[in-house]
This record gives sequence, C-alpha cells and structure tokens, in this order.
Amino acid sequence: MELVLSIGIGVLIGSGVWLLFRPRTYQLIIGLSLIAYGVNLFIFSMGRLKVAAPPVLASGGPVNPADYADPIPQALVLTAIVIGFATAALFLVVLLVSRGLTGSDHVDGREPN
Amino acid sequence: MMDDTSLILMVGLPFAGSILAAALPTSSRTAAAALAGAVTLVCLVLAIALYSPVASLGAVRNEIDWIPALGLNFSLRMDGFAWMFAMLITSIALLVVLYARYYMSPEDPVPRFFSFFLAFMGSMLGIVLSGNLILLVVFWEMTSIFSFLLIGYWHHNAGARDGARMALTITGIGGLGLLTGVLLIGHIVGSYELDAVLASGDLIREHPLYVPTLCFILLGALTKSAQFPFHFWLPNAMAAPTPVSAFLHSATMVKAGVFLLARFWPVLAGTEEWFWIVGLSGMMSFVLGAYFAIFQQDIKGLLAYSTISHLGLITMLLSLGSPLGAVAAIFHMMNHATFKASLFMAAGIIDHETGTRDMRKLSGLFRFMPFTATLAMVASAAMAGVPLLNGFLSKEMFFAETIETHVSSILDTAAPYAAFVGSAFAVAYSIRFIHGTFFGPPPTDLPSTPHEPPFWMRFPILLLVLACLVVGTLPGYTIGPYLHTAVTSVLGNRTPEYSLAIWHGFNLPLIMSLGALAVGLVLFAFLKNYLATSEEGPPYFRRLKGQRIFERAMVTMSWRWARFLEGHLGTRRLQPQLRLLVLVALIAAAWPLTVLGFNHDKLTLAGADPAFVVLWAIGITCAIGAAWQAKFHRLVALVLLGGAGLVTCITFLWFSAPDLAVTQLLVEVVTTVLILLGLRWLPQRSKEIVASEVTLSAKLRRYRDLAFAAAAGTGMTLIAYAIMTRATPETISNYFLEKAYTEGGGRNVVNVILVDFRSFDTMGEMTVLGVVALTVYALLRRFRPAEDSVESPEQQRIQNADDDARPDRKLGDTVSDYLLVPAVIMQWLFPVIIVFAAYLFMRGHDLPGGGFAAGIAMAAAFILQYMAAGTVWVEDRLRVLPVRWIGIGLLLAVVVGSGSWVLGYPFLTTHSQYIELPWIGAVPAATALLFDFGVFSLVLGATTLMLIALAHQSIRRLRAPRPSPSTSGEAS
Repeated sequence: MELVLSIGIGVLIGSGVWLLFRPRTYQLIIGLSLIAYGVNLFIFSMGRLKVAAPPVLASGGPVNPADYADPIPQALVLTAIVIGFATAALFLVVLLVSRGLTGSDHVDGREPN
Repeated sequence: MMDDTSLILMVGLPFAGSILAAALPTSSRTAAAALAGAVTLVCLVLAIALYSPVASLGAVRNEIDWIPALGLNFSLRMDGFAWMFAMLITSIALLVVLYARYYMSPEDPVPRFFSFFLAFMGSMLGIVLSGNLILLVVFWEMTSIFSFLLIGYWHHNAGARDGARMALTITGIGGLGLLTGVLLIGHIVGSYELDAVLASGDLIREHPLYVPTLCFILLGALTKSAQFPFHFWLPNAMAAPTPVSAFLHSATMVKAGVFLLARFWPVLAGTEEWFWIVGLSGMMSFVLGAYFAIFQQDIKGLLAYSTISHLGLITMLLSLGSPLGAVAAIFHMMNHATFKASLFMAAGIIDHETGTRDMRKLSGLFRFMPFTATLAMVASAAMAGVPLLNGFLSKEMFFAETIETHVSSILDTAAPYAAFVGSAFAVAYSIRFIHGTFFGPPPTDLPSTPHEPPFWMRFPILLLVLACLVVGTLPGYTIGPYLHTAVTSVLGNRTPEYSLAIWHGFNLPLIMSLGALAVGLVLFAFLKNYLATSEEGPPYFRRLKGQRIFERAMVTMSWRWARFLEGHLGTRRLQPQLRLLVLVALIAAAWPLTVLGFNHDKLTLAGADPAFVVLWAIGITCAIGAAWQAKFHRLVALVLLGGAGLVTCITFLWFSAPDLAVTQLLVEVVTTVLILLGLRWLPQRSKEIVASEVTLSAKLRRYRDLAFAAAAGTGMTLIAYAIMTRATPETISNYFLEKAYTEGGGRNVVNVILVDFRSFDTMGEMTVLGVVALTVYALLRRFRPAEDSVESPEQQRIQNADDDARPDRKLGDTVSDYLLVPAVIMQWLFPVIIVFAAYLFMRGHDLPGGGFAAGIAMAAAFILQYMAAGTVWVEDRLRVLPVRWIGIGLLLAVVVGSGSWVLGYPFLTTHSQYIELPWIGAVPAATALLFDFGVFSLVLGATTLMLIALAHQSIRRLRAPRPSPSTSGEAS
C-alpha cells in the first residue's frame, strides 16, 4: 500500500512540476493544484497509513492511541485544503487581471521574442 | 525612587513630546516651539535636580527587565560623566529651541522640525544614560536616523538629500560596527551591563579578541565624531537648518563618538593599538581639519571643518592613555560645545540676515549688527584659544599633555609639533571668520539688507558667550566641582591631581599658545588676499574630496556591481527562477536521503489491495493527462484534475481520514466551479503546433524540464516511501488523543485540535482566508479583461442570435431551456444542502464534519442557485452578504477567544459541557462550538465572495483596458 501511495504522490508532484515550467498561466494553476494534492497526501502520510481507524473516539473511557490514526497531520491537511483553495482562487484572479493588463497569458506577462 | 523616575522621564519625555509635536498642525510654529521648550526645560530641571544624588552616590541607576532571558535590561545609569553630558544636551537644546523659534521660517513645516528635534534629543539622552550596551547601540542608531531626518529637513534641496544620505550611510555603517564591537564585549565579559563591563578592563585588554573588538568600537566612535578618514560627511551635513548644525553637529551628536571613547577609556585605552589608531586618526583630523577650515568660503563649512579639528584634539587627548589627557579631553568637550554652538548660531543669523554664507560676498557686517559681531568675536577668540576664555584653558592642558612622553614612538614625538601647527591654523581660521564677515568695506550686492536680529534670537548666543567668559576667568569656582565629578566617574581611583588655574607660570605650554597666536596671525596676513577670491577648499586638496570618493564608491556598489550581478545572475523570467527553486529543493531533499539511507529491501507491492492499485492507476492517468492537456484543452485538463482530486479524496477515506475526505470533496466542487468561471476570460488557443515546427532547442528544453519533473517525482516517491515504512517516533499526537474528550469535550480529535487545542493557529488561517477573499474581490472590482475576451463567448452569441431570430422567444430562453431539469433539481436542493451543512456543523465536534466542511457546503448551496437561475434572478430574491459573513466569523472567533480572558484563562481557552434539549437530546455546548461557528461563517463568506465576484464579471459591462500604460511599460 505504501508503495502505491508513494508512487501516486510522486506522479502528482512530477506532473505538477512539469506544468510549473510551462509558459502559460493556466498550466501553472493546474500544476499548482496537482502539487497541492501531492503535498497534502505527503503530509497526511507522515502519520503512517492506518485502515479503519479514524481518530474519532469510541467512548469517553481511557484511550489507547495505537487504535487510532494520527490526528495531527489530518488537522494540518484539513486547513491546508481550504487554504489551497483560497490560493488557487487568488492565483486565478491574478492571472485574469494580469492578462487583462498585459494582453498576454504568458507567465512573464509578455510573449517571448 | 524619585531619582529612578527622573531618569525614565528624561529619556521618555522627549519621545512623548516628539509624537505630540508631530500631531500639531503644520502652521503652529509657536505652539511647537513652546512644546519643545517645555519638554527640554523639564529635562534640564530633572538633570539639575539629579546632581546631588549623583555626586553623593557616584551613580543613579534604574533597571527594568526587557528580555531577561538574553541578559538584556532596560537599565539607565547616570554617573558624573553622564550627568555632565545630560546637562550639556538639555541646556544647549533649550537655547537652540529658543533660537530655532526665530530662525525657522513660517513657511516651513515647523512642528515636524521640533518633532525630529525632540526625538533626537531623547535618543541622545538615551545614549548617555544607557546602563546597558545593547540599549546604548539602539539609541546610537536612533541618533543616526534622526540626524538623517534633520539634515534632510529641507528635502526639496538636493544638497540636503545627499548630505543626509551620506551622513546616514557613514554613521550607519559605524553603528553596525559598534554593535559588533558591543557583542564582542558581551562575549568577553559575559554581560552587557555597563557596570560589569567597566569593571573588567584587564579581562578585555588581555583577551585574544581585543583587537577586533577595539576596531569595531572605534569604527562606531570615529564615524560618529567625523574623525579622519570618515570626516567628510560632516561638511555635507551643513545643508541642515542651522539650529540643527548648532545642536547636532557641534554640541551633541558628533560628541557621541568622543563620549563613547571616554566611556570605554578605562576599559580599552592604554594599549599600543589604541594609541596608534586613535592617536593617528585624532592627529590627522586635528591638523587637516584646521588646515581645510582656513580655505572654506562657506562660513558653516569653516565651522564644520573646525569642529572636525576640535574633535580631533579631543580624540588625540584620549589616545594618550594618560589620566591627565582624559581630564583635558572631558574639559574640552564642554568648552567646545559652548563656543561652537554660539558660533553656529551667529553664522545662522548672518545667513538669515544677509541671505548668503559666502565669505567672498560678506564683509563689513560690524556696522549693521555690532552686538552679534561682538559676541561672535568673543566666541571665535575662545575657539582660537585666546587667554581668559575657556578654549584657552583646555588648549593649555592639551599642549602640556602633548609635550609629555607617553609611549615612545614617532607619533608621540610628533604630537607637540602637530599640536602647535594645528593651533596656529585654528588661530588663522578664527581670524578669517571674523575678518571675512564683520570687517572690511560695506558689502555690495547682498540678497537682503542686514540688521540686528530679534533680541531672543541673540539671547542664546549671549548666554553661551557669557559661559565662555566666566569659565575662562573663574574656572575653579564655576566648572571645577562638576568637572571633578565627571572626571572621577570616568577615571575612578586613577583620577590625577590637576589644577584649573589660569596662570601656571611662564612655561612651555604658554609659550606654545602665544607662538600659535602669532604664527596664525602672520599666516592669515599672508593668505588674506588669496582667500578673498579663491575657490572653495584648500589648494591641491580641493580636488581630492572624500565626498567624491564616497559618491564613486556608492555608485560602484549600488549601481555598477548591482547591475553586473543582476545582468549575470538575475532574470526577470519566471521559468528559470522556478527551475532554480526546484533544483535547490532537489538537492535539499537528496541530502537526508543519502545521509540517512533508504530502505531498498522493503520496496514491495506485497499487501497492496488490488482495488487501491486500480484507484491509483486512475489517479496517475488523470494527473499525467491533466499535465498533458493543460495547454490546448483546458476543460479536459480541469476534468482530469478533478479526477485526481477525487482519487485523493478516496485515499483520505481509505486511510481513516473521513474529515479530510469530506472537506476535499466539497473543496473539489467549489474549485471546479471557480476555474470554470475563469475559463471564459482566457485566450483561445485552438491551433496545435505541428510537430515539425518545433525547433531543436524547444525540444531540448522540454526534455530538460521532463528530466526535472521526473527527478522531482521520483524523489518525492522515495522520501514518502522511506518515511512511511519507518516506525512512528513518539509525537504529541498521543497527548491530543488522550485529552481530546476529557479536556476538549469532543470525540472527533481532528476537530478538537482545530477548534480547541490549536485554535489560535486556526484563527490565523481563517484570517488568511478572509484576506485572500477580500483581495480577490478588490482585484476584480476594476477588472478589465483582455480585448479579445470582451465579446460574449461564441456559444452565447449563437444562442442569442437564435433567440433574436424567432419572435416567440426572449433573449436567454435557450439557456434556460437547456438547464430546465438541472435548474429544478438545483433549486430544490437548496434547503437540502442547508440542512446538510447544519448537520455537518453540529456533529463536527464528535463525528467527521465541522465548520470548514459546513462552510464550504453552504457556499456550494448558494453557488448552485446562481448556476441554476442566473445572477440577476438570485440576487433579486436572496440577500447574500459575504463580506458581513467574513466579518462576523472573525469577530466571533476573537470574542470567544477573549471571553476566556474575562474568566481569567489564557486567550482561546474553551469550556465544554452537554446540554439536554427537548426532542433532540444531549447537545454538545462547548464554547469551541461558537468558535467553530466563526470558522463556518468565515469560510462561507470567503468562498461565496470569491465565487460571486468572479461570476459577476460576466454580467458587467466590460471595457478593454486603456492601451497606454501597458505599452509604455515596455520601455522601462
């Protein structure tokens, strides 16, 4: 399982990095979103993989931490997902406005010579 | 206790006054002067009152903890020497305030002047009263900054700007040197407290780091006191208003350097390095400063060079390392401040009355302003060292000290000759100043006709000149005891026997004094005719200007080198920058992987669920497909991106993260809607580039990028795998798991972490979200799309043309027909989604869900209405006020957080309990729930604001941008 997920993370990041180097802003926004998935999964996987052990406590009794998935990476990723959406939105708007001002959707704001 | 408070007040009041003065209206000249005068007077009175405790106790101290963990205290300390300086600063400041009231023109923004002035005085008092070296450095830097502001006060004048910049650069560099030196001292002594440092002189002098420490401290002191080779900023600082020159550049700020030398004298002086560096710098400044002063045509320039020279004299005295030398130095610091401040004020009056400071134009002013002229003559005589004036006394002591042999070396042997020559020059420039301005034929073609200034403008000069006379004739009765207190506080038990008498017998120093007077007189007689018409600056040397060298160095560093580095190493293109970033990340990540090793043997697929493998096969296909199609098929890429997102979402669910899965799914929906809304404004890109048209270099570029991407991806795989297959170290997660229910009152640990344990972080993230949403809104308010996107999209045009062509149809009918069924479903879903959001929110504390998920779900409900029925229809029926939601969310979070303060707990402490409600049952009622409602409200507001702002663009009347700004941008 770990290997499959690792390869998945690698491909997400690799595809994202490829798009980072492309010249068009839209490619960049797709690339950043892919990288965001990869990074979120990566941070999430720092808590190790556990099946059927969500960090939702069964009852109020004494807790055995080994029975539950690590809640910290999950808490980190939860806010990261929302912030990731916000930055994607900001970037989208910046690219639209920049295209309006420069007339080009190249990342440098002008077509290469 | 009283005395402690006085110290704080002396440092604090000027700054408070400065802020008050800054708030005064621009035209209130008298009010600002009165305020400054009152503050200064209070400080002066406080200083006077402090004399008796200082004299009896040795020093008054006040310590307030600042950063005790680092050994930094806000400690103030006033001993006799600091008292003397505090008196000097406050009394001259008071006179300068009075003078400036008349000097400054009503057209100038005078409150700003006094605001800077007071802040400067506060910093200066801070320097002399600091009991902690770090604190001293802080005030030291502040004097540099306020000096910069004061020199550049007339900022419309290029000379003022350049002078201010140069002064700041030089003294700022010196300040950094001083900071380094102080840190070294702290390292050697183990404390920054002045008392501790002054007690460890031997330790410092014998330490291997003594020489670097000394050099750094001297860098600070010599730059501040404008000593050779850093002297050149001072004449350029004369572009400041004259009260500033009188206060900063004669009496106080330049004295900070020699103050520091004297302060550290017991600790650093007495070694060979000290003698050579300080002595050489002092001697060069003394002789060259005096020589240059003779040839100045600007009277303020003459006084500036004379200041350099006199400070050189003090530096020389301090370099000798003999206690008597230190006594003479301290004495001369006071004497020089008295006569130089009065001379600057006289120069200001001349400038004010005649409109020029050029001695080639000035002459014969005695007949217009006999009173001012007499005062200036007395002050000049003190400067020249004429008997019965205070300058004479300290100069006698100076001669006596130079004759003594301290360290047998060339420098020591040369000292009496240099002293004699410098003093003769001093006589010459003093005569020149008086003769050039007040004597000779009546002036012709002056910009304005001179007359005596108002009495209160002359009054400060009168007082200072009286002080020169009184100290000069009755030294023992006037200055004697105070000087003794100051000297004892510096020298301690090394205080020598000295006498302040005027008459010491017919000895060598007296002969030297008389000789210097005679030689100076003869020198002036020789140069008189040459000087009447000569250029500014001394012959030969006038081409070799420190200023020019400085300018050249500045241009070289800040322009040529910077341009070179930018041209060769920098780029304005994003792609190379990103490539570099990825490269650095690759290296940084490869490092631990190679050092700590990677578990090769465990690289296995065993145990993988086939369904999971299939899932990720789809995910990988989607990711690569999205990367492949992002250029020409944006919609396809977006759909594939969504596919990769769904796979991510299922992975979260698979590995026990239901909260993440819910949030990811909902965010996926809004992200897709958002990008769909944006697609309409992107340029058409339908033509595929034919494969044969791709040049070789473009191909190579792509292969290189592919290699980078592959390396990054492989690296991430390896790192992720290496970590996942290692055992978990002990983390704080166990704590959260154990305490979530007992202390946070919730079973869903992730939610408890977000809204309880780490709620302060969550608050920060909420704020970011709100800021981003407002930024998006602001950016779109004046959105101007590119020209080719202004027109309606093709599909819309065809539909509208069809609607137009048929008389039975209205505009927009086609669209609503297409969406008839989905629209009904979406509208009916509205209440359902609201209930769903409420459900997610309420169960959040105990089961997957919570404010984040609920907020986005609710936002989706609104967006669906927009999609189903169109913006106009929705906004006719529904008041969505996203900005208010954002505000409510943030306020709620803050209020809930501060509520715990009221009950005496730290910020954002939560309280939890269950309430029994009829029909519903036990409901968790933690205050965290309220906080979570804040999160919900903010997420809802932010998401809706961004989406609606973008959606609105389609119904606005749009204009293409004006062509001018973007095209002119090309040229720059």
